[in-house]
Amino acid sequence: MNDSTGKKYISRSQAVAARMLGEEMMIMSIRDSALFSLNPTASAIWQAADGVTPLREIVERAIVAHFEVEPDTAYRDAVELVEALAGHGILKIAAEPARS
Amino acid sequence: MIAGNTRAFSAQRYEIRDFHVCFEIGGVPFVLTAKDPAFIAMLENRYANFLRERVCARAVRIRIELTPPWCATGDAGLEIYFKGARWVMKRGDFYAEWDRDLGRGTVRQSANPYAIDSVIRIMLSLILARQRGFLLHSASAVRGGRAFLFCGVSGSGKTTIARMAPRDSALLSDEISCLRCTASGYYAFGTPFAGDLGVAGAAVAAPVAALYFLRQGPRNRIEPIDPPRAVAQLMRNILFFAKDCEAGAQVFETACDFGARVDAAELTFKADPTVWELIR
Repeated sequence: MNDSTGKKYISRSQAVAARMLGEEMMIMSIRDSALFSLNPTASAIWQAADGVTPLREIVERAIVAHFEVEPDTAYRDAVELVEALAGHGILKIAAEPARS
Repeated sequence: MIAGNTRAFSAQRYEIRDFHVCFEIGGVPFVLTAKDPAFIAMLENRYANFLRERVCARAVRIRIELTPPWCATGDAGLEIYFKGARWVMKRGDFYAEWDRDLGRGTVRQSANPYAIDSVIRIMLSLILARQRGFLLHSASAVRGGRAFLFCGVSGSGKTTIARMAPRDSALLSDEISCLRCTASGYYAFGTPFAGDLGVAGAAVAAPVAALYFLRQGPRNRIEPIDPPRAVAQLMRNILFFAKDCEAGAQVFETACDFGARVDAAELTFKADPTVWELIR
């Protein structure tokens, strides 16, 4: 799902219910009632998934600025996370920003 | 010749009289109507702790059309779907339609209490979903004015712990508890839905003090768990049958709120009454 500049845009699926509990995000897929819990770093990425901000920028702002981690490492981990979440249908990955 | 001409007499035809039973579970009033007084008497006995004298205007009204036992269609699994403006619920032993907004429905079933029990549980789960409540696969009891929930799948010990409850407690259920959010927090209500204990709960309600997930072990121990873990376990034990996105999301939201506001723990217990020394 990379475009020519390697950018990825992520947005939350409409078919989920999500709620913050303490520092974790609980997510339920409406389709099959599967439950997911995201730790604080994954929650930060989830909450910033607006469909228009490039993933790398999200990682810079929400992860690198707050945690002791190299930007490339954080980005690689984030890509792995969003692909896993997309595999469960609760997050969408696009090569272009969403149109408002 | 013995018989002469037949003389025909006719009188006004009347509908067979309806009999009804009124009861209330978790603050939700029901009126069940059927033409068989023996069946209604059986339901009065089954829901004895929950009977109400007066028919409430907002009651869920269900007309039960009794069919012969051989009309049941075997072991067909439960199906629930929304059709037109009505919920349709069917299983091998019943077929029900219900307009949730009008609060009226019909059930076709044979004269056994299990089918109508199931229909009422399904309707309650849908009604409670809209009212920040849910049915939970748990035993529950009131002690010292507060309710304690003992949650777990079949075989986890719900009936065991209910059977060992001390005399100063009131049993709400040994199988299915009713939870609702009120202005002063979450309350547990007794239900008539009994498990292996075979005893209906008391028709009382109390604020929820704690939620325990049961595990049997060599000694009694309570280990608190954090809200995300509690919600994950809670969701596995909430009775919700319909594949309805809106109601499913409402149940999830209520479960998260419940998990954030109610203390939850894993309760490991050995099968003797000493476990109740921890439940206060």
